[in-house]
Amino acid sequence: MGGNMQKGEFYRRDRNWHPPGYAPGYKSTVLRSPRRALLSLPQSPADLTGPVFGHGMLDPLDHDLIRNFGAGGEAIGERIVVHGRVVDQNAKPVAGTLLEVWQANACGRYRHVRDGYVAPLDPNFGGCGRVITDADGNFAFRTIKPGPYPWRNDGSDWRPAHIHFSIFGHAFTQRLISQFYFEGDPLIAKCPIVNTIRDRSAVDSLIARLDLENQTPFDHLTYRFDIVLRGRRSTFFENRPEGN
Amino acid sequence: MPVEPLKETPSQTAGPYVHIGTWPSAAGLPIRTQEKPNVMVGAGAKGERIRIEGMIHDGAGSVVTDAMLELWHANADGQFPGHWGRTITDLKTGEWFFESVKPGATKLADGRAEAPFATLIIFARGINIHLHTRIYFADEDRANAGDPTLKAVAEPHLQKTLIASRSTRSGQTVYRFDIRLQGDNETVFFDI
Ligand SMILES: [Fe+3]
Repeated sequence: MGGNMQKGEFYRRDRNWHPPGYAPGYKSTVLRSPRRALLSLPQSPADLTGPVFGHGMLDPLDHDLIRNFGAGGEAIGERIVVHGRVVDQNAKPVAGTLLEVWQANACGRYRHVRDGYVAPLDPNFGGCGRVITDADGNFAFRTIKPGPYPWRNDGSDWRPAHIHFSIFGHAFTQRLISQFYFEGDPLIAKCPIVNTIRDRSAVDSLIARLDLENQTPFDHLTYRFDIVLRGRRSTFFENRPEGN
Repeated sequence: MPVEPLKETPSQTAGPYVHIGTWPSAAGLPIRTQEKPNVMVGAGAKGERIRIEGMIHDGAGSVVTDAMLELWHANADGQFPGHWGRTITDLKTGEWFFESVKPGATKLADGRAEAPFATLIIFARGINIHLHTRIYFADEDRANAGDPTLKAVAEPHLQKTLIASRSTRSGQTVYRFDIRLQGDNETVFFDI
């Protein structure tokens, strides 16, 4: 660092934009949300730094969920590419960061020892992938569109089609796990998990848009989903105590 | 026009199947080569080798068996980049653990010393946005007494929720850190 302008702390998280911990429409939050207020702290070096993952950890097929679990064949379902860009709140690209995704198959069934939904497994679909953003923060992965699935929340609710994602950023304060949805899905508005988010425009920011222009004709449709991670304040003057 | 920062992408729960994306073998998937990210350091890493373990209890006292946890802390010299790890609560017992080295003491930007600690974040079904806490070490009494974060926790019984107890098992240093999501001894969680 140096010069007149330094990198400051990250902007505070807007806890009214994120879903609150306690959101009883989603019943699992009732016993799993802290009851005391979160304690605000100044950001320490542990918060301003984070792990770095290199391309060495990736398998060549990690970005291709249609083939990365193939028992000789390709996954069944609506073939899609999801692409987008990761930026911070200052609109600067977040390069070289790890994005992990996981999802149900085209029928809405997860390949997980605990998923007992009656819909069949696809022998050629595992449902997990990983990519690292390029120098401009861009990423792309190929998959099949996941199906909706029922869950026992209020009797039988249905999850809209969604892909879970995990992203690191460059500092541990930027860490984020969320889910994105697909444009036009009527189940989005009815989902108790989506509706833990109070602000309609916050929900909109989790919906991938159909990107017809970037389809590969006679192969797959394309969806666009952009991600915004926390950004850092600029500090123009800094008072440090003597001796530091 | 005022310059407004963009809004952050909102969080959603990691859900009950978080393992598929973050610890595939627990889901029953065979494909990942690199696994065991809860062993955070190689054999050559500097510092005292430690194991940190615990369980997570919900508001009814039940053990959480579907969480994913990540740990980030300074190296033994108190420097970053430090050591990162990821673990899961055992699907049957709910026990989780990390193996690492004990972090060194760090300093805030204003120069105040921090006691050695590790940042712990928790993701799970029913947790809409990950919970953020810190693990301090019981054998660091003096450093803990001066730590700005621990001092910011007014009630002594809540301070204790942030301090891992130390014991030795088969010659290995073991810290125990149990997490309570609700209740009288609810773990202190941070907004950082
Ligand atoms: Fe899901």
